[in-house]
Amino acid sequence: MSHDIADATATDTRPAARAHTLQATPSVIAVQGLTKRYASGFEALKRIDLDIQRGEIFALLGPNGAGKTTLISIICGLVNASDGQVRVNGHDIVTDYRAAREQIGLVPQELTSDAFATVWNTVSFSRGLFGKRADSAHIERVLRSLSLWDKRRNKMITLSGGMKRRVLIAKALAHEPQILFLDEPTAGVDVELRRDMWDVVRQLRDQGVTVILTTHYIEEAEEMADRIGVINDGEIVLVEEKAALMRQLGRKRLRLDLQTPLAAIPETLAHYPLSLADDGNVLVYTYAASANEYSTPASISALLNDIEAAGVHFKDLHTEQSSLEEIFVNLVRKDA
Amino acid sequence: MNLRAVGTIYHFELARAWRTLLQSLVSPVISTSLYFVVFGAAIGSRIQEVEGVSYGAFIVPGLIMLMLLTQSVSNASFGIFFPKFTGTIYEVLSAPVSYLEIVLGYVGAAATKSLILGLIILVTASFFVPLRIDHPFWMLLFLALTALTFSLLGFIIGIWAEGFEKLQLVPLLIITPLTFLGGSFYSIDMLPPVWQTVTLFNPVVYLVSGFRWSFYGISDVSVGASLLMILVFLSLCLALVGWIFKTGYNIKP
Ligand SMILES: Nc1ncnc2c1ncn2[C@@H]1O[C@H](COP(=O)(O)OP(=O)(O)OP(=O)(O)O)[C@@H](O)[C@H]1O
Ligand SMILES: [Mg+2]
Repeated sequence: MSHDIADATATDTRPAARAHTLQATPSVIAVQGLTKRYASGFEALKRIDLDIQRGEIFALLGPNGAGKTTLISIICGLVNASDGQVRVNGHDIVTDYRAAREQIGLVPQELTSDAFATVWNTVSFSRGLFGKRADSAHIERVLRSLSLWDKRRNKMITLSGGMKRRVLIAKALAHEPQILFLDEPTAGVDVELRRDMWDVVRQLRDQGVTVILTTHYIEEAEEMADRIGVINDGEIVLVEEKAALMRQLGRKRLRLDLQTPLAAIPETLAHYPLSLADDGNVLVYTYAASANEYSTPASISALLNDIEAAGVHFKDLHTEQSSLEEIFVNLVRKDA
Repeated sequence: MNLRAVGTIYHFELARAWRTLLQSLVSPVISTSLYFVVFGAAIGSRIQEVEGVSYGAFIVPGLIMLMLLTQSVSNASFGIFFPKFTGTIYEVLSAPVSYLEIVLGYVGAAATKSLILGLIILVTASFFVPLRIDHPFWMLLFLALTALTFSLLGFIIGIWAEGFEKLQLVPLLIITPLTFLGGSFYSIDMLPPVWQTVTLFNPVVYLVSGFRWSFYGISDVSVGASLLMILVFLSLCLALVGWIFKTGYNIKP
């Protein structure tokens, strides 16, 4: 877990810098009061407000049916909104759809493909559809970056699921979009390829492409995202810089392996948030990770002193920081 | 106008026809040839001339219309139904293309295919019977307008259909009966008077009549009526397609 902390400090400086430039330029995607009622009457999105900043990787998390795909589909033009407004670089997605869509690449959640078209043809088709001049050098670059070059003459039907997923990414990149939506891009992709895909996404970000991804692998959001949004039941329940999120909501635990098990926590320690685990063999102290910088060292040493004074002896100690996954589960559970 | 997108859809669709060349072109040609063998040669030789035209030659325009109608509808309906069914339509919907451009791409490709098919059948027919085309320009115009109109109709059916059954229902239940009863194989005045009147409510009668006129100068209804009818039908289809895209009917939830 040590890399998280390194990560957090590394990203610490960036948001401030980015926030600075952002005051001049409006957000790349601005969602206002977006509501979607499906024909069934079901309200999949409830007055969503969301701003995506230029050049960031934004991870949208949420349980099944939360409304992630619906939100993306509206922005990309696959689903009609019932109410509200979306602007892409200032262009309204309904009245100025051409300018809005030109900048967007979409990798849908469902694996869909024209079974009998070749990889090369289907990727070139995507480029043409967006009105871009044929550019085989670009298509080649895209296919190579996704390890698809060997497969360029293969028909889609002959590809595995993970390869098809990558072809969909290649299709989305064929017209050199400024904004890329990835709806669960790594579902069904093996671990090694997933890392490759993360690299591709990072390269895109480095080129200035804004990336919005949804995922059920929290690890992925933790690894990739600059900011994280959590959507639940059609409502955005949280949008936060990842690093800040980890700091604010992350809980740290100090675990003390005791020399002799305790039946109960000694009374002199009752005012600490302590609990016993492993049949009394482990004493657990839970504290906010963000407090770390200011008060905790003092309170931890006070705690250790008090533990010593209470005649409790430990043979080892270590700390754990809770992952985004726990944060996420807590958020969604609380809301449910 | 995103002409490149129109061209991309158009070429992709035609390429699909190329991949399924056998099914797209060969089978209609074979079935038309069978019609000629049966109706033209076998039965036709016992049927007297119709207004100075041998029966075999008389049925050529009607047969071409029959094929043109069914092929336009099935090409275009399949062309849009397929991406809807497989889900690949997401790409077209998310692209910076207008509805008009989408229609031009898909319907244009389908109409082109059936137009080529119509010409191939015409050439095939010329091997079986002596042909004469009095008004080649009008012949091509009727051919093109019909291909376009019924490709639009096919497009509408493809969007309306939610399964393969529905996709085949309309051609089977509506198009084929209308064409068979549309004077492909007979002149309307061969019918009893009551049926002559009933027949005038069949739009296909006007198409076949006008098309046959461009060949032999003989028609059941006036050429103007034929042209008017096809334009009315074209406008209806256009309006329906416009409505579909405006409401997102069956494509955008
Ligand atoms: N066409 C539709 N008609 C009616 N309801 C729909 C339609 N599409 C989606 N829904 C409903 O809207 C809600 C949100 O669906 P959505 O696909 O956006 O969820 P999601 O967050 O992407 O979930 P997942 O993680 O499973 O992909 C779900 O309850 C779903 O059943
Ligand atoms: Mg989804």
